[in-house]
Amino acid sequence: MRRRRALPAGPPLRERDRRAENLTLVLLLCTTLAGAGFIALYFAKPDTQFLGAALGLALVFLAAACLVAGKRVVPQIEVEKERPELEHLQEQDEVLAVIAQGGEGVSRKRFLLAGGGAVGVLGAALLTPVLSCGPEANRILSRSPWRRGRLLVTERDEPIAAAGIVVGELVTAFPEGADKEDIASPVIVVRVRPDELDLPAERRGWAPDGLVAYSKICTHAGCAVSEYRYPLYDPTAPGPAVVCPCHYSTFSVTDGGRRIFGPAGRALPQLPIEVDGDGNLVAAGDFSGRPGPSWWGVRQ
Amino acid sequence: MIRGLVRFLDERLGAAPLVKKTLQYVFPDHWTFMLGEIALYAFVVLVATGIYLTLFFEPSTEHVIYQGDYAPLRGHEMTKAFQSTLDLSFQTKGGLLLRQTHHWAANVFVAAIVLHLLRILFTGASRKPRDLNVWVGTTLFALAVFEGYAGYSLPDDLLSGMGLAIGYAVLLSVPVVGAWLAVLTWGGQFPGKEVFEPRLYITHVLVIPLVMATLIAIHLAIIVRQKHTQFPGPGRTERNVVGSALWPGYALRSLSLLFAVAGVLFLLGGLVQINPIWLYGPYHTYAATNGAQPDWYVGWLIGALRLMPPLEIHVFGYTLVPNPFFGGALFPLIVFALLYFWPALERRTSGDYARHELLDRPRDAPWRTATISAFFSWVAVVFLAGSQDQLALHFHFSYVGLVWFFRVASIVIPFIVFFLVRRAARELKETELHPLRLNR
Repeated sequence: MRRRRALPAGPPLRERDRRAENLTLVLLLCTTLAGAGFIALYFAKPDTQFLGAALGLALVFLAAACLVAGKRVVPQIEVEKERPELEHLQEQDEVLAVIAQGGEGVSRKRFLLAGGGAVGVLGAALLTPVLSCGPEANRILSRSPWRRGRLLVTERDEPIAAAGIVVGELVTAFPEGADKEDIASPVIVVRVRPDELDLPAERRGWAPDGLVAYSKICTHAGCAVSEYRYPLYDPTAPGPAVVCPCHYSTFSVTDGGRRIFGPAGRALPQLPIEVDGDGNLVAAGDFSGRPGPSWWGVRQ
Repeated sequence: MIRGLVRFLDERLGAAPLVKKTLQYVFPDHWTFMLGEIALYAFVVLVATGIYLTLFFEPSTEHVIYQGDYAPLRGHEMTKAFQSTLDLSFQTKGGLLLRQTHHWAANVFVAAIVLHLLRILFTGASRKPRDLNVWVGTTLFALAVFEGYAGYSLPDDLLSGMGLAIGYAVLLSVPVVGAWLAVLTWGGQFPGKEVFEPRLYITHVLVIPLVMATLIAIHLAIIVRQKHTQFPGPGRTERNVVGSALWPGYALRSLSLLFAVAGVLFLLGGLVQINPIWLYGPYHTYAATNGAQPDWYVGWLIGALRLMPPLEIHVFGYTLVPNPFFGGALFPLIVFALLYFWPALERRTSGDYARHELLDRPRDAPWRTATISAFFSWVAVVFLAGSQDQLALHFHFSYVGLVWFFRVASIVIPFIVFFLVRRAARELKETELHPLRLNR
């Protein structure tokens, strides 16, 4: 059976605000126009600016309509409500009693131990497959495409003539045929005046005619060390150095890639290079250290 | 018709009492209560625009030669991810509008979260029983930052690639397990195998949004259960809640806020350029640009990485803890841990274990206001340090000088802020002056 019972109509809560009602209607009309404008623009002139302005304005008009309606057209009703009581002291005790009931007469200690052990071992078992990349990680991170005799090439795979690099220039090079995106691949080659060089004794032969090569990947956070600072006038107080633009680690190029400023923790790995019979640059071995950012256990 | 609908629902679900309760649900009024709502509505815009973007974006690192509409990049090698982002920006009608709106919405989303968090902390809304919701909200905040980072990392442009390289280095730097985690996540050494981009994509478009939506539901459910806080005033006590009823006034005003947020975001998306990836170009591991700035909410992490002295832990010539761990992982961990522990910390220090439903004005609790201010000034100084390169460029300061200035400031400023704010709060409390209208 259907019951129809209308609530008795009380006195109006407030006077009708004709102007606010009209304003709401005008704003809704504006919304409609701007929305229609968006559709028209989509077909006629789909410029990002026009589309954004039309859609944005439609929404802003609608927002204004809702605001006027909410503030001035509909009655403002202030309500007071009780807050729920959150604490139930008696029920808390009852919950504890129910829980205790379930474990009555059972040796809890043994079960807790056995259960804890089972969950722990199962958890370890579930995590074990992660180990399959464990022993690999060091190997994967330590791979390098650089070998003695490997030709240095440009981004367009052209060999690099040693004579073509002038003092103050920075050239990016890659091992011939290797993946250029591999972070062990890119190196920077710069020429400094041979008398500026201050390499460790064992690297004396790594820099033919002042040409030095270093890994291009910063040992701090793996960005490309792409800024080169070469002072053109004496005194050369801050010597020639390369800078990583991410966190501004700065490495001396005359001094075996030593870090001279910034957060990097170790030197840029140096690549020993030599000039082959055609006058092109080739690698004379692998890097002096691991290229790229450090990890737990990497050789410093 | 409405009568029919109400009867339909009630006869099938017994919903009338619930609907009645919902319509009369009370919202106390204060303008700062809108900040959380703005974050919620920005999330709505993010989901809507994000779904649209998934229709056009291809999460693939397959290499292609660009032949599209943007002439300066024609003939360049790039990944399909970058190409599809260019195409949706230049060749899809309305695509750039939606992409820019999505990006703006992310920036506004995190900003609204931070302001909302400040409101909660400064007014003591973090006290019992709402400490529970501080944990949910802080988790949402952390997820929002990560989600934003994952999102702007997707297009594989130069800026995002540099950001990913740094993310890789930070993960790699985690003690003991870092190398495993990084190799596992990237499927090899950075820049990773072709598995990485789809992983990042599914994380950004499904996993994190789903977790966030669930947490938002929990966040709101807890509010509905506990009811809102309110500022003290006539007729307002710890036992009641006074404000506008949902129907009709509040519903209309809140809808208005939704449309206003969406409207402003679309206006920004249409009229103010953001993240023009075609100017940055495609990413290569061997390329980097000077003066790169990430989205603002990652600035504090860049700042920490830049400020950190070259400290590493070495044993016998082997690195144990690489430098990026301190600025990139430890610093945010400390910041979020402090947020999680703040309610307990405040209870301990104040000895106040009671339930609180009435809010304080910031001046009412000088110690709390000063501590929160000091904490945020600490993060803010580090955040500003993230723009050191821009300061050096535009104001010709020495970069090295700036690093030292910010290193010192990040330690000194919080103490200065603490004492200044505590003093100001005490004086305002005594004199009852309005902080912005001191002459009255």
